Amino acid sequence: MKYRSLIITLLLSSIFLSIITCVWKIMATLQGLSFTTLNFNLNFLLALGLITVSIILGNKFKPIYKISILSILFTIIYTFLNESSPLWFSIGIFLIILFFTNKFNKYDIIYLKQDFISEKIIFEFLSLFAIVFFALVILFPFYIMFVTSFKTQTALLMNPLDLSIDFSKNILEIFKSYLIVFKTYDFGRYILTSSYVSVGTVLITLLFAIPAAYAVARLNFFGKTFLSTSILIIYMFPAIVLVIPLYTVFSQLGLRNSIEGLLIVYTATTLPVAIYMLQGYFKSIPREIEEAGLIDGQNWFGIIIKIIIPLSLPAIASVSLYVFMIAWNEFLFSLMFLDNPKVFTLSRAINHLTGDAETPRQYLMAGSVIVTLPILLIFVYFEKYLVSGLTAGSVKG
Amino acid sequence: MSTTLSKIEKRTAYTLLLPAVCLVFAIVLFPILANVWISFKEVGLKDIRIPEPRAKKIVKYSKDNNSELKIVYKFRNSSLIQEIREVKFSDKFPKNFEPINLDKRCEFKSQKIKCSFGIWEAGYRENFEILIKVLNIKDINKKDLEYFKPKLSGKSDNILLTTDFTLKNFEKVFLNNNFFELLMTTFYFTFFGTLGAILLGIFAAQLVNQKFYGRSFMRSILLFPYVGPVVALAYTWTLLLDPNSGTLNSLLVSFGIIDKPINLLGQKYLIISILGFELKLRLALTTVIFFEIWRYFPLAFLFILARLQAIPKDLYEAADVDGAGPFRKFIAITLPQITAIISILFMIRFIWNFNKFEDIFLLTGGASGTLTLPISVYQQGFAISNIGMGSAISIVIVLLLIIFMLIYFRLIGKRASEI
Repeated sequence: MKYRSLIITLLLSSIFLSIITCVWKIMATLQGLSFTTLNFNLNFLLALGLITVSIILGNKFKPIYKISILSILFTIIYTFLNESSPLWFSIGIFLIILFFTNKFNKYDIIYLKQDFISEKIIFEFLSLFAIVFFALVILFPFYIMFVTSFKTQTALLMNPLDLSIDFSKNILEIFKSYLIVFKTYDFGRYILTSSYVSVGTVLITLLFAIPAAYAVARLNFFGKTFLSTSILIIYMFPAIVLVIPLYTVFSQLGLRNSIEGLLIVYTATTLPVAIYMLQGYFKSIPREIEEAGLIDGQNWFGIIIKIIIPLSLPAIASVSLYVFMIAWNEFLFSLMFLDNPKVFTLSRAINHLTGDAETPRQYLMAGSVIVTLPILLIFVYFEKYLVSGLTAGSVKG
Repeated sequence: MSTTLSKIEKRTAYTLLLPAVCLVFAIVLFPILANVWISFKEVGLKDIRIPEPRAKKIVKYSKDNNSELKIVYKFRNSSLIQEIREVKFSDKFPKNFEPINLDKRCEFKSQKIKCSFGIWEAGYRENFEILIKVLNIKDINKKDLEYFKPKLSGKSDNILLTTDFTLKNFEKVFLNNNFFELLMTTFYFTFFGTLGAILLGIFAAQLVNQKFYGRSFMRSILLFPYVGPVVALAYTWTLLLDPNSGTLNSLLVSFGIIDKPINLLGQKYLIISILGFELKLRLALTTVIFFEIWRYFPLAFLFILARLQAIPKDLYEAADVDGAGPFRKFIAITLPQITAIISILFMIRFIWNFNKFEDIFLLTGGASGTLTLPISVYQQGFAISNIGMGSAISIVIVLLLIIFMLIYFRLIGKRASEI
């Protein structure tokens, strides 16, 4: 039993360490270093040696000495055996190994004798792998988007792997793509249009949804169950099946290429989910509070304005953020309804940029950063509300 | 007393609901029904513009005659396909203007000229002239005359409102050799996209459910792919995977992992030989599925995490006392607790992925074997400009959706409200 956990520890930790160093190497390559091989096998053997030494040494030394000496030693061997690289790369390697040896300091022969230790070790390594994997897989495209927007066309063609930002340049030179996107491609206008459409959609949706949700939550009327079920069903129907009839009708009514048309469609498509989310919350407000309002002589309008809305502000915030996100990110309808560059939304404008094959990719990425950044910032800032909006919005409806 | 109260309550309810219901009916339900109508018609994109009679007014001074003024109207039918019937024309003149030799089709009354032209066939053009007697041509301001705009009206068939129907669209949809492939691609995409997103979601949720440094940061960034705008993300991926100078291919080539760049989004098949067997992998479709998984696993993650956090801690403590290891705990406690949410998620995500349009459209545009039903609606309706066909495919989608929803409500509809 003892050997099994020992072997598992050795294998997993060395695989993990060599993968981390490879990831570091790839990231360094993207900063312009030219490596030609990942040297996975060699690094694997090195890592194996490091872990073995670390386990054998066990607790014989003070941890701080053990960790720092091992890390320095390993870094020197690594740098010696691999291709030549600048100092910052080796420092990165050193920090990785420092973190790693610190993490596995507790592993010694005695520790490995515990119950279920192999399983625990597997789980521990799986989580470490998972953290690296998810962070990399998710952030990498965002990183590429961000970094590409600061490059120039010629630099990208010369070495597509060199994504480093040249800080020695003039600040205007660095942000050139953004300046051009704003000046030549008129992105300032599109930001305004997108904001106008998104905020407008939120306001109109709330205006329609709050009374309707109140009726569904509180009042008794014929067809109530039917209505609640149909809200769900309607939300399931995708935009793509609505597009052709709406396109024909909007063309004949002259509503294409108008922001009003877009507002109507966005509001209507988000209304079902908004009603669904709000009525769930309204139901949780105690009836007694409303009855007190009724005794005070309020009608339904007063009840909604003075009692329901102030009490359900968190839910309204969730709905607003969710609807805002949908409207800001929406693409299909803006593609169908807008041909006139004067009324483009940001998404449509970026799509329009790609229509011309000559458009340099850094402009495209600058546009992408401009459309992505606001929504990500809003998400990070209001995460709590948006997460509850997402939860209610996407499974229930 | 109670009946009047309930009546008032009912009336209030209907008043509150009316605006929302009307709007949703007009923009969501009406188009679904309209699809049925359009799908039985042969309509192209150009047919949906209503033909209009148009006129351009030009004032001309006669050279040799000082007391005559000529107004030319350039008439035309805006449509090249459809006729306009009962075309009526009217225009207003300033005081003291008297037309001479007026066309038979027209009459003049109190400074207004009215004409009825009958039928203008498709692409009709005419230069219509009116001669006017004036005292002195020099007193007349051209601007004043052109200030009045002529009014035209006419009746035309709106091709969408006629009652001739045809089954041609459906015939084309179903008898097309590609229909089966289209359906299979859609199912392949939907099934693997959903499955992958849920599996990845389970892993991510299991990860974030543990305590580690930077956990809340991890939780935030895990939702980024879903929160970000699809346009920006799809183009970033296209750039990343580009065969010529994309980062991924350049990396793989420079580290010697592959010899030649692979066109991940533009190549239909990748042939892999394992043990002498040749496997054909749908490459572009697989890439698109990976994008789909990447973008939508955050949702699965969110739900599974919420469920994981609701599992009572004492279950795990009891398992510790019984001497169960982490693996056993996952199998015996965690998995049974999340099966319900996973089955619901699978159904819902399946329905949503089945309808996904933007992701595939932006990545490949439906080329190299990634044509799914929603993309084909767009292609038929707007690329080939055959609106009737597009509607017919929409109908197929709606019918399949109804089947899925029936299954959904049968299987787990009731349980869904409990979770």
